[in-house]
Amino acid sequence: MTNPSENKKPMVLDEGLEKGAAKLTQDRIEKTIKQVLEGETGARFKAYVETCVHCGLCSDACHVYLSLDRDPKYSPAGKVKRTIGEIIKRNGKVDAQFIKEASVVASTECNLCKRCAMYCPFGIDTAYMMLIVRRICHKLGVTPLYIQDTAHSHAATMNQMWVKEDEWIDTLQWQEEDAREEIPNLRIPLDKVGADIMYSVIAPEPKFQPHLIYDMAIIMNTAGINWTMPSEPGWDNSDMAMFTGDNELCARLKKEHFDLAARLKVKKIVMGECGHAFRSVYDVGNRMLGWRMHPFNTIHAIEFYYDLLKTGKIKIREKYKKSVTLHDPCNVSRGRGLHDKARWVINQICEDFTEMYPNREHNYCCNAGGGVVNCGPPYKIKRVTSNRVKAEQVAKTGAEILITPCHNCHSGMDDILAYYNIEMHTKFICEIINEVMVKPEEA
Amino acid sequence: MNNFNTLYNLVTGPLVWLTFLVFIGGSVYKIRQLFSLVNNKEKFIYSYMSLKFSLRSLAHWVVPFATVNWRKHPVMTVMTFLFHFCLVLMPLFLTAHVTIIHEAWGIRWVTLPDGIADTMTMIVIAGALFFLIRRFTLREVRYLSVASDYVLVAIVAAPFVTGFLAYHHILNYQLMLILHILSGEIMLMAIPFTRFSHMLYAIFTRTYIGSEFGSVRHARDW
Ligand code: SF4
Ligand code: SF4
Repeated sequence: MTNPSENKKPMVLDEGLEKGAAKLTQDRIEKTIKQVLEGETGARFKAYVETCVHCGLCSDACHVYLSLDRDPKYSPAGKVKRTIGEIIKRNGKVDAQFIKEASVVASTECNLCKRCAMYCPFGIDTAYMMLIVRRICHKLGVTPLYIQDTAHSHAATMNQMWVKEDEWIDTLQWQEEDAREEIPNLRIPLDKVGADIMYSVIAPEPKFQPHLIYDMAIIMNTAGINWTMPSEPGWDNSDMAMFTGDNELCARLKKEHFDLAARLKVKKIVMGECGHAFRSVYDVGNRMLGWRMHPFNTIHAIEFYYDLLKTGKIKIREKYKKSVTLHDPCNVSRGRGLHDKARWVINQICEDFTEMYPNREHNYCCNAGGGVVNCGPPYKIKRVTSNRVKAEQVAKTGAEILITPCHNCHSGMDDILAYYNIEMHTKFICEIINEVMVKPEEA
Repeated sequence: MNNFNTLYNLVTGPLVWLTFLVFIGGSVYKIRQLFSLVNNKEKFIYSYMSLKFSLRSLAHWVVPFATVNWRKHPVMTVMTFLFHFCLVLMPLFLTAHVTIIHEAWGIRWVTLPDGIADTMTMIVIAGALFFLIRRFTLREVRYLSVASDYVLVAIVAAPFVTGFLAYHHILNYQLMLILHILSGEIMLMAIPFTRFSHMLYAIFTRTYIGSEFGSVRHARDW
């Protein structure tokens, strides 16, 4: 009952895994596992392995387990058992097939959301254990194809989406031009040294959702912020490398980002509405670079909106009418405690807000996070079916609009809403702010 | 009779010393090993440790029903707390145990009335049974269980079952007494080297995650 190969459903075909596994030798597998476990883990790993009393109390924490009819192999400890547990039991002597399957478990069945750490009486961090598995798989070159492609893009271009430098600048100028229809003297200042704020986004924004840059430009200009957006590599704050186990690349990415802010001599980095990127800058990449906390004052968009509304820099013309609910993105709620500020902001801008339960730190993950959505189409059905609890939770609110200040959550929730036929639309906070705030010409 | 005497002398003589040596020495070794790993490989952990948030986390998790997950599993919660409470305190304050220590080293402390100690013993036995049944019947627990989990339940229940039988003079008193002492020794010696070591490590894993949640994540961990 312990081998992932006993997973009865046919495995999805993932070229990244197949080709990677085909190149493995037994010797390489064993050496790599030994190197990672002995060289890269320490007290936490040992304590987690030895302290877990197999009580199963973490199970209820995991949306994957809850959604897949409480199948015990999807519980947090169940996933550890099928990966790390087997590796330890077999003393590292596992084969290529096992590595392939372990990669599927760690990369597509766990979102590293850390909800289970709040449910285990010992505070065992299963997400950390899954990251160790991903690290081993990364070193063995057995990573799901789609997410590996984004990591390659990071490595080659310093952004996640193969966005070329001229395309990036072009997009910003295009959004500036469009936004000038609303506010004639609006600017998106590029590379302005000494600005108060450097605004950074993830590469999927210029690629697929440039209107979010538009919204932010309107907000910045209305609020009269001395801001800038960087044109050089490092502008993308996203980070798939921390999810593929490529710690070195993760460190490179964050260094580029922080260096850019330092070169621009800004006081603060404001990040767009993305959860994983925030985690990377706030909690992971900084550690990879040896910083206890992020070396730059960095805030997530929620906090930025909160400050703007609190200080009256933006004012609300008329609250948003449609009924809304909020999905707390793990990385900014459980990861940064911004859930109460998010609620405050939403109540300022919306008339009719309904909670979903559980919420705040106890929210269920969208099942897109932790790089799972980035593993791409091969896992899409599995991803939505293994988050039935989220669908039920969201549907119960009866709201028309699902607000979630995170890109991954958006993709995940859009897929869930579509799959479960829930009549609800996702929105970012900035989209609503832009709709309801007082703009300069009205001021 | 003679055999009993030899056995009795063995379990109350050299084995006692061995037990303390293994239990205390082993526990110190395990904790030192953990700290040497922190010092050599994860020194950053110290910089995240926060007394305030460690205590905040502990305070929630050592109180029944103070966390969401304790509230989600009321029966398990009651059994877990009763079991651990009785398991640790009863042997320490049992009149018979304190008397032995008093006779050997001349120190003594308060003791529990025998009736209460007897009830606490039954609670430990009931708790062990509960955990065993839970392991067999709950799918998510059965899936995680390995042979040693069942053995550990037996190891922890044995001193209490035999102690109960000896106290009530059920079956052969002398045999039960010897088995009681022996199984108690086995249990103590097993602590550092089995999953019983959660007794030693729990405080570190709990306070670490409590600190991370409190000072970095600004979120509750309960
Ligand atoms: S998805 Fe979240 S709750 Fe489930 S095992 Fe991973 S970190 Fe834990
Ligand atoms: S991780 Fe924690 S809650 Fe889960 S089985 Fe292990 S000890 Fe129990």
